[in-house]
Amino acid sequence: MSSVLVLALTGAGLTLLGLHALIVKAHLLRKILALNVISSGIFLLLAGLAARTPGGEPDPVPQAMVLTGIVVAVAATALALALLLALRSATGRTRLDDDNGQ
Amino acid sequence: MLPSGAVWTAALVFTPLLAALACFLAPRAANWIGLLAAGLTTLAAATMVPTLMTDGPLRIAVGGWGAPLGIDLYADGLSAVLLLMTAVVGLGVSAFAPAYFGAHPQQRPWFWPLWLILWAALNGLYLSADLFNLYVMLELLGLSAAALTALSGGGPALNAAMRYLLVSLLGSAAYLLGVALLYHAHATVDIALLGARIEPGMLANAALAVMFAGLMLKTALFPFHFWLPPAHAGAPAPVSALLSALVIKGSFYLLLRLWLDLFGDLSRLLPELIGVLGAIAVLWGALQALQQQRLKLMIAYSTVAQVGYLFLAFPLAGGLNGTTAWRAVVYLALAHGLAKAAMFLSAGALLRFAHHDRIADLDRAVHRLPLTLTAFVLAGVSIMGLPPSGGFVGKWLLLEAAFQQDRWGLAVVVLLGGVLAAAYVFKVVGYAFTPTAIAQEGGSVPLSMQWSALLLALGAILLGFAAPLLLPLLEVGAPFEPIVGMPS
Repeated sequence: MSSVLVLALTGAGLTLLGLHALIVKAHLLRKILALNVISSGIFLLLAGLAARTPGGEPDPVPQAMVLTGIVVAVAATALALALLLALRSATGRTRLDDDNGQ
Repeated sequence: MLPSGAVWTAALVFTPLLAALACFLAPRAANWIGLLAAGLTTLAAATMVPTLMTDGPLRIAVGGWGAPLGIDLYADGLSAVLLLMTAVVGLGVSAFAPAYFGAHPQQRPWFWPLWLILWAALNGLYLSADLFNLYVMLELLGLSAAALTALSGGGPALNAAMRYLLVSLLGSAAYLLGVALLYHAHATVDIALLGARIEPGMLANAALAVMFAGLMLKTALFPFHFWLPPAHAGAPAPVSALLSALVIKGSFYLLLRLWLDLFGDLSRLLPELIGVLGAIAVLWGALQALQQQRLKLMIAYSTVAQVGYLFLAFPLAGGLNGTTAWRAVVYLALAHGLAKAAMFLSAGALLRFAHHDRIADLDRAVHRLPLTLTAFVLAGVSIMGLPPSGGFVGKWLLLEAAFQQDRWGLAVVVLLGGVLAAAYVFKVVGYAFTPTAIAQEGGSVPLSMQWSALLLALGAILLGFAAPLLLPLLEVGAPFEPIVGMPS
């Protein structure tokens, strides 16, 4: 099994795992973590797929994309955590209220 | 020496971005900085029009690095009309905001920086020519929109903002996954280069599936609309107007671009499926809107229905005279932007007046707040699609495409959606004429709030007369024709 395939499959696996947790877990901290797992999976996929020719130099462009992606993910996580804190201090809840959802 | 077109195009992104920083650093002057930036950005958008009409589409290599290594900005007719619509709505909301936030001073220092960042993200989105830059703009748009949703700070608003943020992040993650797959296969993220290189296959289909799923989630196409009504209804009125009129259009534009430039030939089944979802959204959203007791929730469900219309073009695009269907939905998107912003702003004025937004207790609002109710009705005329409004032009073009291809089902959905829209708009108007059993006290509403709503609503009507000007602009760069050859 080539290393590209291992990285790609691990990335896809992480993404699916994160998606499952995002949908199933009710606690918002777990949902935020799940989103981070999804992002990590996609970054791994992006970096792993960069080695397009076996044995050749990996392409640097995806590395730059992953770096940008990490910056975005950190900012998004910070906003999500801040919202979670605000939600808890306003309502005492740490999960989404589904009654006014649909 | 840069051509002036390039300077103005860069100004579309940098003016709101720098102004956002200035508003953050000098919150006392935020109103003035914000209004100045809104004026300049609108001017920049307007300046693009003659350049595009005479010289054709603009492609600018930022910093002198061309694609595939550098970041290209690209503007054609499709970008230009959306930039213009964003500017007009942005100007209206910016004129509304100072008086509105005068009564909510604790929200004002946050509103201006976030709204200007959102504007920069939207303009960047409409101007980006590569998939990764689009991803960054999409995230910037989602983050600033979610933060704006939380602005009023109450439990329901925070709940809606949290849900919106999670949905938005999942949507952009799915989009990024598609970018990774496309980059792996074709070694570029430049849309024009990709369009020339992409070929049918499993990888392209997988990219299409994840990117469309993510963006449909962000655009709130039925059944992915669950997050929209609480988020759009719970936000402060100017924010609701921005979310419904502008933010939704950003992800829809991206869907449209991907379909037109990359994925259009890949699938015969998907456009039909999207069309069915759009048709359900039109009917379901309108029926839900009809049942709402609260004005802002009603307007939010109306957005769910109007988003449905935008997707009716997909099944029509492959057939006879399919480009008419694209023109139709772009026109509908413009008309909806102006009309929905006007509706949410008039709801904000009514809320200021009556301190509630229960539709059944509007108590002769028509006599006491005539400007605002006129704005609401004019916006409603465009949402229903009655002549001579912009909504009418869009629906007319859509019906024309449907009739030419004998798609009677879609035509019935278009007409039925209009009838239902008329029902929920007139329900509000009816209650606004009726006195309630106990007379309601009303507060005073600043004229700038009423006039900005009214002018936007008039804009939605005037859009119907602007078709001879806007439709040729839309054709610049032939956004609806398949890409031929590669850019130099």
